[in-house]
Amino acid sequence: MSHANVAIEPAFAAHGTHATGVTEERPFAIPSSKLVMWLFIISDACTFGAVLFAYGYIRNSAADWPRVFEAASIWNSLLMTFILVSTSLTVLFAVRAAQAEDRAGAFRWTMITAAGGLLFTFLHIREWLNLIHEGARLFTNPWGAPMFGAAFFSITGLHMLHVVGGVVALTVVALSYRAGRYAARHIEIWALYWHFVDLVWMFVVPLVYLLNMKR
Amino acid sequence: MSQTAKTNGMGSTYFVYGAILLIAVVQVIVAMTMGPSLWRMLPLAVIQAYLAVMFFMHLRDEKPALRLALIPGTLFVLVMLNMIWADSFRLAVMKPFAK
Repeated sequence: MSHANVAIEPAFAAHGTHATGVTEERPFAIPSSKLVMWLFIISDACTFGAVLFAYGYIRNSAADWPRVFEAASIWNSLLMTFILVSTSLTVLFAVRAAQAEDRAGAFRWTMITAAGGLLFTFLHIREWLNLIHEGARLFTNPWGAPMFGAAFFSITGLHMLHVVGGVVALTVVALSYRAGRYAARHIEIWALYWHFVDLVWMFVVPLVYLLNMKR
Repeated sequence: MSQTAKTNGMGSTYFVYGAILLIAVVQVIVAMTMGPSLWRMLPLAVIQAYLAVMFFMHLRDEKPALRLALIPGTLFVLVMLNMIWADSFRLAVMKPFAK
């Protein structure tokens, strides 16, 4: 067996397992866990793609699709974009700190990222409550096509669910990394997920908010 | 060593961060001044996505085989999802059922 084809996991070597510390070749030269996260990301991208295409289909086939977002909602969405993109930056700081084995720094930046996610969720829920207060429901609204609410709340709700899930995951990983139970690669893997959540928002804003801007 | 550890400095990261935010502002300004149009919004969003995937997610630093494994298949599925548009136009402007 060529030595170029095997990878030695330090953990296995340290604990002296029956497998003599030799594991299978890493796919694409990345840990299997990272590949799994990438595969999850592309499957989730297809899910969001399907939801956004369904929204486009419903919008395209409706004669009176309402355009309800006023300037305040648009600027709020821009603020939310700023917060989410900034959390992508802070999670990169966390990854960098983790790779430098600065556990305190990695924990701090990961928790700042999670806090940003919570702030984003708060702003989003506030947006939801404003629309609900104006009469928007899942299948009725005072403005036009009845499916507007279902489309808006399902797309943004699915995204918000991913944000909240990411906040929980980042918190767990940060605490476990600080306690020494997780390695730097775990921070890196969940940073990938967090970037994906940001990526989806980059499509939600123009397709859902900007296209439905009030004339 | 992970791929991300191989990147030196954060200069490109800050540049991409600023670029993504700038594109977001441009999207809003274009929508407010020229009117919202899918064909103005979508290319800008694709550019943002490219920057995020390549630089934030560091796919640029991974092996080409990984990029080849992930990107074309995903794009293929997303393109195939486009088959529905003819039906939506039919519902919007044509009779639902041919007599």
